[in-house]
Amino acid sequence: MTRKLLMCGNEACGEGAILAGCTFYAGYPITPQNELTAYMSKRMYETGGVFIQAESELAAINMVFGASCAGKRAMTSSSSPGISLKQEGISYLAGCELPCVIVNIQRGGPGLGNIAPAQSDYFQAVKGGGHGDYKTIVLAPASVQELLDYTILAFDLADKYRNPAIVLGDGLLGQMMEPLQVKRTENRVQSTEKPWALTGCKGRKPNIIRSLLLGEGVLEEHNKKLQAKYRLIKDTETRVETVNIKDSEIILVAYGSVARIARAAMEIARADGLNVGLIRPITLWPFPDKAIADACAVAKNVLVAEMSAGQMVEDVRLAVGDKAKVEFYGRMGGGIHTEEEIFERIKVL
Amino acid sequence: MKKKQDSNVVLSRSLRDAENHYCAGCGHGIIHRLICEVIDEFGIRDKVIGIAPVGCAVIAYDYWNFDVAEAAHGRTPAVATGIKRMRPENIVFTYQGDGDLAAIGTSEIIHTANRGENITVIFVNNGVYGMTGGQMAPTTLAGQKTNTTMLGRSLRRDGYPLKVLEMLAVLPGARYLERVSVHSAHETLRAKRAIAKAFKMQIDGKGFAMVEVLSMCPTYWGMAPIQAADRIKNEVTTFYPLGVVKSC
Repeated sequence: MTRKLLMCGNEACGEGAILAGCTFYAGYPITPQNELTAYMSKRMYETGGVFIQAESELAAINMVFGASCAGKRAMTSSSSPGISLKQEGISYLAGCELPCVIVNIQRGGPGLGNIAPAQSDYFQAVKGGGHGDYKTIVLAPASVQELLDYTILAFDLADKYRNPAIVLGDGLLGQMMEPLQVKRTENRVQSTEKPWALTGCKGRKPNIIRSLLLGEGVLEEHNKKLQAKYRLIKDTETRVETVNIKDSEIILVAYGSVARIARAAMEIARADGLNVGLIRPITLWPFPDKAIADACAVAKNVLVAEMSAGQMVEDVRLAVGDKAKVEFYGRMGGGIHTEEEIFERIKVL
Repeated sequence: MKKKQDSNVVLSRSLRDAENHYCAGCGHGIIHRLICEVIDEFGIRDKVIGIAPVGCAVIAYDYWNFDVAEAAHGRTPAVATGIKRMRPENIVFTYQGDGDLAAIGTSEIIHTANRGENITVIFVNNGVYGMTGGQMAPTTLAGQKTNTTMLGRSLRRDGYPLKVLEMLAVLPGARYLERVSVHSAHETLRAKRAIAKAFKMQIDGKGFAMVEVLSMCPTYWGMAPIQAADRIKNEVTTFYPLGVVKSC
């Protein structure tokens, strides 16, 4: 049985967290994700969870660190400038192998930028973002429905791998309203055993959660362990949607909101007799480089569209190598592509 | 490497039998022990979750025999908030130095106290950054020479030493605030009583309790341990008076 709802993306993300069994949320006001914070304050009250409006983004991410130490499902959310402030905490969470979910409803930058949609935090999300060698799992929803679904998935993956997971949306997805379906999911919450959690040492040896490893070679061993985990995640959890790629000479690559616009551009191009396909990475890290490389067995041209000056395109170029020509079309600072603009770029490839 | 146990020393159960890394005459070892004795006397070892700071006490978990999390510099009270809200049945305390609590973590300590979080804070004030080599702390006294105040702390250039307890006292959420010292046996016993009260406040669900412990740093004060203890008595306590700042 399913429930049908009409919500904005920010609220759908919050409902996803509740369905995933999130019992702790800490956040700080910033546009365009404020509906999510407001929604969590209401739903945590209704479900008996904990909501804290923190004094800063730093405090919010560290409260999440604490809740995660306690073995509970915890989330924080923000938009680009606030996510920059959380990077210190994210590095500690990754170093301590603590699961949690961080939502970034991106806006234009750099600096205070504006409050319009953007995808210019891609590097920050997929390359680590804070100090040290680490990776966060990054999911890129492209609809209000997916903001709900991928938030649930983010909690499951975070717990499975003891790693922070990021839901990377943008102001367009966060603000727009779409109908969505919520599947009846009694007992959906997977009970993950967390023997490492801090619960008080009754009947066991004390648990220590730390990222400082001073002994000679100890930190290198810890890093090797983390890298092995990241390889496992890459092998197991890479997700991608492909459309019309088997026989297409031209491949579009786009994620999130832009993937929907690119899909419309693809339809226009195909109606015009052009053989165009679409690759939409669902996980931005791990990046679906194999799917992109495979598509280039046929495709000779790849067009990457992002609401940035060109960030994901670097990963696409690494995946493509010299198998095809890669072009880029970006909009920046809150600019949003139209399908006609992308179609014009396809025509001149 | 384990040292042969002196038969006169009775180890607290919450204190591990380990050689510590602290300098001769440092107060941290004493304060660790006071906390562990209090935990044992309340019989709460298996319920305690400690938060270690960044600073000299960062590896406190090598000495404490209970669950511990290590927090980022200054974020200690935020981490404690997350843990305590999720596990109100546990006893959660932070252990913080003056750089951690009074400089980089000022925002966190004020707002944690202001929310009236039911946690215990042990604030070790020795007036310098020890771990990083003796730089000026917010609590460094006027005229005090440090690694970054070669000619002594200048009030005009460096600002005034920060009295955190007095600052927090105006917040309704802060329920119990006391300043103690470990420079003598007498004061150490008083310090233990204050720490016990701060834990009892939490056990009874009475809200935010914080004990500031004046502590010696002979290494970065450039003094012998005895001189350092005398300096607390003669100099430090004249600016940071001992006693209860607030109790309600």
